[in-house]
Amino acid sequence: MKVTMTVNGATCSGEVEGRTLLVSFLRDTLHLTGTHVGCDTSQCGACVVHVNGRAVKSCTMLAAEAEGATVATIEGMADADGTLSPLQQAFQDHHGLQCGFCTPGMVMSAAALLAENPKPTEHEVRHYLEGNICRCTGYHNIVKAVLAASGQDLPAVAAE
Amino acid sequence: MPKDHGIGASIKRREDVRFLTGTGNYTDDINIRGQAHVYFLRSDVAHGRLNKVDTTAASAMPGVIRIFTGADFAGVGGLPCGWQVTDRFGVAMKEPGHPVLAQGKVRHVGDPIAAIVAETLEQARDAAEAIGLDIEELPAVVDMKAAIKDGSALVHDEIGSNLCYDWGFVEDNKAAVDAAIKGAAHVTTLELVNNRLIANPMEPRVAVGDYHRATDESTLYTTSQNPHVIRLLMGAFVLGIPEHKLRVVSPDVGGGFGTKIFHYAEEAFCTFAARKLNRPVKWTSSRSEAFMSDAHGRDHVTKIELALDADHNFVAIRTETYANMGAYLSTFAPSVPTWLHGTLMAGNYKTPHIYVNVKAVFTNTVPVDAYRGAGRPEATYQLERVIDKAARELGVDPIALRRQNFVREFPYQTPVAVVYDTGNYDATMDKLIEMADMAGFPARRAASEAKGRLRGLGVNCYIEACGIAPSNLVGQLGARAGLYESATVRVNATGGIVVMTGSHSHGQGHETAFPQVIAEMLGVDESLVEIVHGDTARGPMGMGTYGSRSLAVGGSAMVRAAEKVLNKAKKIAAHLMEASDQDIEIKDGRFHVAGTDKSVAWGDITLAAYVPHNYPLEDLEPGLEETAFYDPSNFTYPAGAYACEVELDPDTGRVTIERFAAADDFGNIINPMIVSGQVHGGIAQGIGQALLEGAVYDDNGQLLTGSYMDYAMPRATDVPFYSVDHSCVTPCTHNPLGVKGCGEAGAIGSPPAVINAVLDAMNSGGIKIDHIDMPVSPARVWAAIQTAKA
Ligand code: FES
Ligand code: FES
Repeated sequence: MKVTMTVNGATCSGEVEGRTLLVSFLRDTLHLTGTHVGCDTSQCGACVVHVNGRAVKSCTMLAAEAEGATVATIEGMADADGTLSPLQQAFQDHHGLQCGFCTPGMVMSAAALLAENPKPTEHEVRHYLEGNICRCTGYHNIVKAVLAASGQDLPAVAAE
Repeated sequence: MPKDHGIGASIKRREDVRFLTGTGNYTDDINIRGQAHVYFLRSDVAHGRLNKVDTTAASAMPGVIRIFTGADFAGVGGLPCGWQVTDRFGVAMKEPGHPVLAQGKVRHVGDPIAAIVAETLEQARDAAEAIGLDIEELPAVVDMKAAIKDGSALVHDEIGSNLCYDWGFVEDNKAAVDAAIKGAAHVTTLELVNNRLIANPMEPRVAVGDYHRATDESTLYTTSQNPHVIRLLMGAFVLGIPEHKLRVVSPDVGGGFGTKIFHYAEEAFCTFAARKLNRPVKWTSSRSEAFMSDAHGRDHVTKIELALDADHNFVAIRTETYANMGAYLSTFAPSVPTWLHGTLMAGNYKTPHIYVNVKAVFTNTVPVDAYRGAGRPEATYQLERVIDKAARELGVDPIALRRQNFVREFPYQTPVAVVYDTGNYDATMDKLIEMADMAGFPARRAASEAKGRLRGLGVNCYIEACGIAPSNLVGQLGARAGLYESATVRVNATGGIVVMTGSHSHGQGHETAFPQVIAEMLGVDESLVEIVHGDTARGPMGMGTYGSRSLAVGGSAMVRAAEKVLNKAKKIAAHLMEASDQDIEIKDGRFHVAGTDKSVAWGDITLAAYVPHNYPLEDLEPGLEETAFYDPSNFTYPAGAYACEVELDPDTGRVTIERFAAADDFGNIINPMIVSGQVHGGIAQGIGQALLEGAVYDDNGQLLTGSYMDYAMPRATDVPFYSVDHSCVTPCTHNPLGVKGCGEAGAIGSPPAVINAVLDAMNSGGIKIDHIDMPVSPARVWAAIQTAKA
């Protein structure tokens, strides 16, 4: 079947099978390989994208279910000229990534959090990111990056 | 003011930009025109005789290109083991074969039986279901101690036993150790389990084999920490492809933690099948496959005895360990419980007599090999736990007991072969006491108790041997590889520099940190320096990244090559300015003749090297490119002290980590930001081991923890902000950068701190208990509390 959706502002369509997952459509059909697959039980969050503004694990949604939807992936987060968004920049500034494999999902989840809750506490950040596993960073600098991106005074909210 | 460039500056990572914008190039992102997909049919029984694999019906299924079984690999070498351990009787370890696809028997759940190559993955998977298997199930060998009793089923019939080796270290010390223990004023004995872990880098393994018939060249794209090693092992021992016809590429790799060091069957298969089929063949591991095919880690069962004299000086240590090898010997498996474990048994302490015994055992489980720390966490855990137990038994302060026994004079020859070059264990302990605010602990404990909770403080030290290793030494110890590292520094005509390193970054930030060293040495800006790694076609033979060796060994190779470049550049500068090269010095990025106002820029020199019109051609070759191989003269010995504070709910058994502090001595630091990040990640893995993670097999050899539903990974809510410090510096005495390595410390130093804290909490609440095994799940804590109360 044919599906059509808006991905990072552009209209995209492609042929998929009924069982094709949204993440496969993004990676294999649209070649948007920034969205990653880290598990097969919907628990790692490497595949998080936004569908109609909400954070979704794209390995748990069929491509067909996203028909007509507006999808945002990591590839659409920076400005057109390549300038990183404030959240992406905070990840770099605070060393919130190492191997980078969990990073697209982390950034997309964190962006959804900040859209819902612009000034989260440390506890709220940790809680919101519970569905995203990072094996490299021990989360320390990810949490700091998200708090920093929220514009809060880091030493005040992130006592080490 | 902190430095903003060169050595010691917390420069932001350049690689982040591609990772943050989704433009990294991980192996699964590689798709080659015309590629076929492979799905591996894996054993779902732990142990069985493979009577028949019938592929007739499956081969006729839509899209199937070819189905391979063990028979197709009859003339092909098995997966080699890279380390041969000699046992305490001078006999070589048992080394059974490890076929690419199972032959005759299946030996663990996940053992690959057939490989179905099809146009799409879905077609391959569908066809796998049509393969007819006749497997006669055999009793599974799971428990290590039972495995080496007479009458046990045999994982490998041909070797007649499940014992791989019985290793004694140092065998000649045994009698003295036994005597010292017999005559000691006090002996503390502890039996413990170092739980089996699964490394779980977030990127699952991937292999893409490609072949060009016209040139007879094979390329393997693979998620490896050491592509050159894979090329050598697979080319020379498995498939018989010489290096000049085999290229191995490991592009962006999403974490390794040891499990991506090893040469795996799927890599050999994809390379082999691409040649056979004259088509690219791709395999991407699912997470479920990763759980049953990535080498696991740890899995030791240990009894340790610590003997003390009447003044509480350590006089002897004796250990007996059962180490699980799993069903086959993974690439470096035999070295982990032996040379990477026994040699660290002295810890930070002067103990004159030490004897380590290790029995390595085959079982019907996934092979076990190095996982972050590899042997050293096992050594640290048992030693730091037994010291805490001794302190409790003797009624002395655990920190004071440690301090009393610290090694304070360097170099220090341990009784377990290695020589510590330098260190200052008091300094890191002093730092830790301050960072962890131990003075404030009683007040925090009182606050917890007021809420009905228990609070515990756990402290330990650690030492590790990193920067593996002097090749001639490891050769004597059984390594079948050299452990040098290489670097080529290529300076281009207009001044840009490319460093080709044999080290491999899979999260460590080499692309940022290595240029800081070059910038410091050559007086250029970091932006002039590019790092190339992960491709056997683009750099000299290198040994890769593991054992915290990249900077200590790979960085040293880079320094040596850069020194050669610098010497030549000085000669060119001297020629251009008609001076002696002895008088050339670098200041503000220019090459000056000392004591004069004459200078040339870096670009003048590099251009002269490649456009040698005004150039000392009779004395100097044109060009500016140098290679160095660096073979270390010793290990490096990072060390430190860690503290953990937990709160424990006695009603539910739930333990939460409230504070964690780590004071490390890593020698000199190139990029403090990156170093802190490495420690954070290691601590989280150590907390994971202590509280959450554990791979569990049932009696039939079924893996009960085969997904993230059952294997608990640390998540953001499980850990606090950590306090880390690496300002206590005793530079390594034998490498040019004075660096020691920081990649594994966190994972080595943290588990005993957590467990010591949990036990402190329980004992403070009147729950008399002297050990609890990891992971200390709420159920386990609760049960221990009930037992202690009863
Ligand atoms: S890939 Fe793991 S949650 Fe989607
Ligand atoms: S940065 Fe490697 S998994 Fe998060």
